[in-house]
Amino acid sequence: MPKMDYIDAIRLAMKEEMELDENVFVLGEDVGYKGGVFTTTKGLLTQFGEERVLDTPLAESAIVGVAIGAAMYGMKPIAEMQYSDFMFPATNQIISEAAKIRYRSNNDWDCPLVIRAPIGGGIFGGLYHSQCPESVFFGTPGLKIVAPYTAYDAKGLLKAAVRDPDPVIFFENKKCYKLVSGDVPEDDYIVPIGEANVLREGDDITVISYSLPLHFIMEAAEELESEGITAHVLDLRSLQPLDKDGILAAARRTGKVLIIHEDNKFGGIGAEVSAIIAEEMLYELDAPIMRLCGPDVPAMPINPPGEKFFMLNKDKVKEAMKKLALY
Amino acid sequence: MTQSESAVTQSRHAALGLTDEQAIEMYKLMNTARKYDERCLILQRAGKIKFHVSGIGQEAAQVGAAFALDRDQDYYLPYYRDYAFVLSVGMTLRELMLCLFSKIDDPNSGGRQMPGHFGSKRLRIVTGSSPVTTQVPHAVGFALAAKMKKKNFVSFVTFGDGSSNQGDFHEGANFAGVHKLPVIFMCENNQYAISVPLHKQVSGKIADRALGYGFPGVAVDGNDPLEVYRVMKEARQRAANGEGPTLVEAVMYRLSPHSTSDEDLAYRTKEEVDAHRDKDGIPKYKQYLIDCGIWDEEREAVMQHEIKAALDDATSFGDKAPFPAPEDILKHVYADDAAQGEGGR
Repeated sequence: MPKMDYIDAIRLAMKEEMELDENVFVLGEDVGYKGGVFTTTKGLLTQFGEERVLDTPLAESAIVGVAIGAAMYGMKPIAEMQYSDFMFPATNQIISEAAKIRYRSNNDWDCPLVIRAPIGGGIFGGLYHSQCPESVFFGTPGLKIVAPYTAYDAKGLLKAAVRDPDPVIFFENKKCYKLVSGDVPEDDYIVPIGEANVLREGDDITVISYSLPLHFIMEAAEELESEGITAHVLDLRSLQPLDKDGILAAARRTGKVLIIHEDNKFGGIGAEVSAIIAEEMLYELDAPIMRLCGPDVPAMPINPPGEKFFMLNKDKVKEAMKKLALY
Repeated sequence: MTQSESAVTQSRHAALGLTDEQAIEMYKLMNTARKYDERCLILQRAGKIKFHVSGIGQEAAQVGAAFALDRDQDYYLPYYRDYAFVLSVGMTLRELMLCLFSKIDDPNSGGRQMPGHFGSKRLRIVTGSSPVTTQVPHAVGFALAAKMKKKNFVSFVTFGDGSSNQGDFHEGANFAGVHKLPVIFMCENNQYAISVPLHKQVSGKIADRALGYGFPGVAVDGNDPLEVYRVMKEARQRAANGEGPTLVEAVMYRLSPHSTSDEDLAYRTKEEVDAHRDKDGIPKYKQYLIDCGIWDEEREAVMQHEIKAALDDATSFGDKAPFPAPEDILKHVYADDAAQGEGGR
């Protein structure tokens, strides 16, 4: 099985789906001849032509809005937002339109759209090339949201998103593009949307997370094991719908839960995960639910000390895991 | 009469390629929409329905536009005043009444959306919403699909003068211009965005905005259905020829308040409204048909009687139809509603 970078797995998913279904096409800024500012769509134009790998005017609401129209006709567009920081002009199209098309038409129309958007910091991108906007879209019924961490999931979830009959936001982590690699089958497979995945089994604490922070969590878990603490690590993979059964099973495994994400703490995904656990199994817990998240500031600064302070890392994660283990 | 004399005296509609029957059908549709609209206002005042947003004064342009389209294949993205338009492309009075009364068999939304939020896949009317102008990029997306799939259909989208200020208008028009897509943008310039008059919205001309996007923009008398038909027919031909989009600005006047929740005399005078009532397209078009010798008061009386009977039937049908079951609100969030989770249940 070939080992592949996260970004190459994303590209492969698009290539395979475009080969399988001529209605699948990619549109966005710089996706064509340049192959994307991160090279995510590199080579696709050569293979599929400029009509199916469409360089658009710089206007995010149109990129999503036009994709919605094409999707309602029966196409399967993959709309790229260059950075998730720049997707807010398209928010009305995503929340008022894509998310509600099936519902408001009483199932007469549908919107099989994928919106890919790179999230996350740690690249000296400053306030507007580093954000994690999951919480803005989270809690919008009608949308599905996925955020893969492994290269395997990046390919499988993107293929599932393309085939999904409803709009899916695919939050890919730009720091993971080259940092994360792993075994990715070259055959056709999908990772079902809505299923969390246990990355590591353990008995002392449960850590629930998604996207880049899992990289730090897995490193920390490795170190903690040599210190006699074993961590059970759950990768949510899908943020909407959340895998409620998977979350509860993981929490029950140890009775001690730490939720970690880079998006800021207040009103984040962790709040909902925490509430699910509290509603269903409060008296089975051996410690208060803990959260380790980005600080509640508007976004991370570009100066290195400031960015480092905002970002999670192995040491911060390890400290929080240890604190919970010792509770 | 010699042949050359016949050409000189040929009626306007015949010169445009419309038969007498079509010219009369247009008139009937304009009247049907007007009477439907007036019935809605009465039903709202009587407390039978919650809300109505009116299209009175805009029927002529809507019907003229519809007749210029290919009603066997084009896709339509109408806005919330387009009753005459949707009637012209196949929606029935019964269906409009089911929508007005928010009943389960409403084809537009199954009683979910406010009246005037049209949608019917069967009729190729694309579902719309309330945040204005979001439908413009959607129309461009349909046109993009037509180009990619090498289909002959054209997409047609309408919106108000207020909407011509929204980013989605400009982003959609620019996108369509760059890719030369088969879409027709029709602004129904009724002079008001709720209470704010045109001169506080737009300092230039709406039609001129097309210039910046590299395609023609045409202002047309929206009270003249034949003139709108002519301009729209050209626009559709351009789209079908691969020459790209056209912006049509149909200039008209909103004779009714914005909606049943609006008191329009707070921002305009009765004199102003009355002056525009004299320019109403419906009586003018009636006179045109009479002058052509294809209409008279006798036929008018028969038509009005038929419209009233159809409206009475549709009103009763809509009123008596069942509401959706309360728990139906949980349906159709996703294709597979199991994905929905259990929040709030």
